[in-house]
Amino acid sequence: MQAFNYTRAKSIDQAIATAAQATTAQQGAEIRFVAGGTTLLDLMKLDVEHPVQVVDINRLPLSSIESSAEGGLAIGALVRNADLANHPDVRARYPVLSQAILAGASGQIRNMATTSGNLLQRTRCVYFRDIHSACNKREPGSGCSALNGYHRNLAILGGSEHCIATNPSDMNVALTALDAVVSIQGPHGRRDVPVAEFFVLPGATPQRETVMEPGDLITGVRLPKPTGHAKSLYLKLRDRASYEFALASVAIVLALKDGRIQQVAMAMGGVGTRPWRSASAEQVLRGNAPSPDLFKRAADAFLASAQPQADNRFKVELARRCLIKAMSDVSTAA
Amino acid sequence: MAHQQHLPFAGLPFSRRKFLQMITVAGATTGLASFNLIAASVPTRGAPEKTAGSGQETIKLSVNGQPRSVSVDSRTSLLDALRDHLQLTGTKKGCDHGQCGACTVHVNGRRVLSCLSLAVMHDGDTVTTIEGLGQPGSLHPMQQAFVDHDGYQCGYCTSGQIMSAVAVLKEPWGRDDDSLREAMSGNICRCGAYKNILAAIKQVQSA
Repeated sequence: MQAFNYTRAKSIDQAIATAAQATTAQQGAEIRFVAGGTTLLDLMKLDVEHPVQVVDINRLPLSSIESSAEGGLAIGALVRNADLANHPDVRARYPVLSQAILAGASGQIRNMATTSGNLLQRTRCVYFRDIHSACNKREPGSGCSALNGYHRNLAILGGSEHCIATNPSDMNVALTALDAVVSIQGPHGRRDVPVAEFFVLPGATPQRETVMEPGDLITGVRLPKPTGHAKSLYLKLRDRASYEFALASVAIVLALKDGRIQQVAMAMGGVGTRPWRSASAEQVLRGNAPSPDLFKRAADAFLASAQPQADNRFKVELARRCLIKAMSDVSTAA
Repeated sequence: MAHQQHLPFAGLPFSRRKFLQMITVAGATTGLASFNLIAASVPTRGAPEKTAGSGQETIKLSVNGQPRSVSVDSRTSLLDALRDHLQLTGTKKGCDHGQCGACTVHVNGRRVLSCLSLAVMHDGDTVTTIEGLGQPGSLHPMQQAFVDHDGYQCGYCTSGQIMSAVAVLKEPWGRDDDSLREAMSGNICRCGAYKNILAAIKQVQSA
């Protein structure tokens, strides 16, 4: 690990002022915030991240979970994943979020990892993690070893000729289905960004993963008020039963009225370069009565633009079955 | 486990740990020349270089009930601070990347991976390691249960398994086998002692 200067942020403003001196936003920046450390220290040991300054934000007052004025939930950036997943309001009103978090990592990591750190966790692409491989995300312009390499765990949706890395988070998939909003504070003030707009497609600049700018600090995440009678669940498919990243996962929120689908939101993990939402698939479902045929048509719509690589073609069918199973299970519960 | 450190090793007049230290020193001496060659050939990156040790900082910890003060480099993990600075070698370094759970300790009462945390982040924190859980003659019930059920083979993952297991019984998990297995999935055992580890945890759970 390269040497770095360690400081502890005394205030949110001080943290932002320090990080604003960096040339890029957080991911890969020379001035890095550290919270749980579970992504950053791993990548610093691999020399994938090599900040010259690490700003410890753990003691900033961003660790609360509170009811919001609109009847939703305001989650502090430093709330640990375990505390969020086990919070009574989250378990009762946003079960998909609790299930998604508990489906990821391990008990120890969930005790350390934070809400904002999970939002910013980096891809598990093996070439990103190996500094001797070509990777446009890690070293822009160096190429992509994954396109003709090991890409079983990589994207079939949203990729480009420069990068097919998946966003590895489970939590982010649930937040996407829940229409969460990311609260950001930066050198130029505060702003709220819907999570669907927070992550950007790789295109020709895969090193840029979010809309964050230098100095920006995530202060929290807000969840809108849930529809009273909606049901939700998280379904995750992976190579082993626990402590493994998703090959395909679905977060779904669905409400029935008079036997028809009144409201639905459906996001996938493990298959996209960012948590994936499909307006056309939700359009297929909305207003119709649940049926196996309807679910198949919705899954086909969701995956219509899938572009698998040579060795991850199986993920199209895996994702399709994952979607159908999730739609079927949540409809039965609704 | 901890008590093995102080016993004669294979009939020789020193402990297993002393023996390992002796061969490690011998290996390091013969390896020094080649290490320098490798170090010299590593290209430096564009980022400004800092001299190693510039981030030296003294932190205060409560470790196993004792106030400890330790001077560490900013890069020192909590794991290395415990093992190399405080000589608490019961906590093991497995993968050093948060994938195996061997380095599990309790910080402020919660189980965490000491390899993925910087020591300097823990100034003022309370840390419990396997040495603080119990000692030969006064084992923690979970340590005794691992002995009773033979919850290990090589023993390398054992301190992490026990630290995790003690914490799991205070976390909001179901009491059934599947819930316990899921709760313990962050602790890998290459020997495959999982069945006996589960039996040990259940013994303490039902006590």
